[in-house]
Amino acid sequence: MIQVKGIHKQFGDNQVLKGIDVDFIPGKTNLIIGRSGSGKTVFLKTILGLYDPDQGSIHYGDEILGQMTKERRKLLRQELGMVFQGGALFDSMSVAANIRFPLDMFSNMTEHQKDERVSFVMDRVRLQGSGDMFPAEISGGMQKRVSIARAISMNPKYLFCDEPNSGLDPETAIVIDQLIQELTHEFNMTTIVNTHDMNSVLEIGDHVVFMKDGYKVWEGTNNEVLGSTNADVEEYVFKSKLFKQVRAALRK
Amino acid sequence: MITNFFEGIGAYAMLMSKVFRRPDRWIIFYRALLQEIRLLGLDSIGIVAILSVFMGAVVTIQTALNLSDPLIPAYYIAIATRESITLEFSPTVISLILAGKVGSNIASSLGTMRVSEQIDALEVMGVNSASFLILPKIVAQLLFNPILIILSIALGLWGGYMVGGALGLISFSDTLIGYRMEFMPFYTFYALIKTVAYAFIIGSISAYCGYTVKGGAVEVGVASTNAVVRSCLAIILANYVLTDLILNA
Repeated sequence: MIQVKGIHKQFGDNQVLKGIDVDFIPGKTNLIIGRSGSGKTVFLKTILGLYDPDQGSIHYGDEILGQMTKERRKLLRQELGMVFQGGALFDSMSVAANIRFPLDMFSNMTEHQKDERVSFVMDRVRLQGSGDMFPAEISGGMQKRVSIARAISMNPKYLFCDEPNSGLDPETAIVIDQLIQELTHEFNMTTIVNTHDMNSVLEIGDHVVFMKDGYKVWEGTNNEVLGSTNADVEEYVFKSKLFKQVRAALRK
Repeated sequence: MITNFFEGIGAYAMLMSKVFRRPDRWIIFYRALLQEIRLLGLDSIGIVAILSVFMGAVVTIQTALNLSDPLIPAYYIAIATRESITLEFSPTVISLILAGKVGSNIASSLGTMRVSEQIDALEVMGVNSASFLILPKIVAQLLFNPILIILSIALGLWGGYMVGGALGLISFSDTLIGYRMEFMPFYTFYALIKTVAYAFIIGSISAYCGYTVKGGAVEVGVASTNAVVRSCLAIILANYVLTDLILNA
């Protein structure tokens, strides 16, 4: 289980995270939602250890991230998979080489075993036949799927996704959401997803954390979010005309 | 500004301490090294060859014009050409050219990886991104730049030989006599010492400028420019220090 206790993070004079406490639910899809600039990406990168918190601690099981030795931290990183907002694929490598990269770096598999694992993961994210293509040659949706495939190739315990469906059409966005949900349950991962897409919240949000201006303002499930009486959540969720109509229908 | 300079020196030193670590997988390091030798070394042969031939030709013409005295033997032109090319033109001028070609390549490729979060992706996986990305680039240059400079010296001398003879400034035979006369192998060694130092400067400073980019495409462009300017300044400074230490000691 990942626990975040009293995290503060500041860049220069800009206080981005202001004392956040969250327990992420193991084996579930945990969503962090909030407006652009609310601190979601910094929060995610702090949990990952890409930024060191100014105050507070991040617990992976019984261990505190900031107190781990370099060797332990390196081992922990092999249990983490990350899907970046822009995909962050290595553009000099083919799709298959991108997916294979973590296996080449850290596994003791034979070449045949690696080939099998890459093939399995590509099938799982429905990328069959794209292995020889390069990231620049494939669509945004496919790039996201390659990124997911690379993230799960080492069979991680924790999967992090930073706005995985940004820039995608609604249909592809739903496909990516469902894929993340399926993989979370299939591999029993603890998944943390940053998003500001309400469709994702309703589709896959087993546990939802709402952030505003560096604070955690609310948390609950996707079923509870529509009925929340928190003013900030209401303002965020029911901003669009569609969701105003949804609220009206719910109140009837 | 002074604070920024010293902060920069500190950040550069810390980055280098991350770079010079044992690679996670040697086989992957060797593959990356070969790729960098091709990209940064072999792909530079053409420009180095063209520049060197013309540089040798120009040095010969200018030396001949300045030594046009019946009391000075013609082969002195060849001696002066040889020393100029070996001691200064090939190691320093070619390294300055490489700082432009290779340095901007390193800074822009690393900068692009930084802004597109590819470096973050490596870090999340547990890869020492600094060592993984920068070490092969620096080692490739340390290994291959001396070869480029030897080639440059040879082609520079050939350019001088051909143009001097063709224009009638110095006969082919006098050129060969001059090239061989009082040849000091230590000067070639000195040129290679300078080349290795410059190779490290180009690789490490350019990598630092690219790796530490923050922002987007504009900042990558600025980093690329900074890489070239800072590498050139550092080469000029190192040239003075090394010349004073090695030749003037």
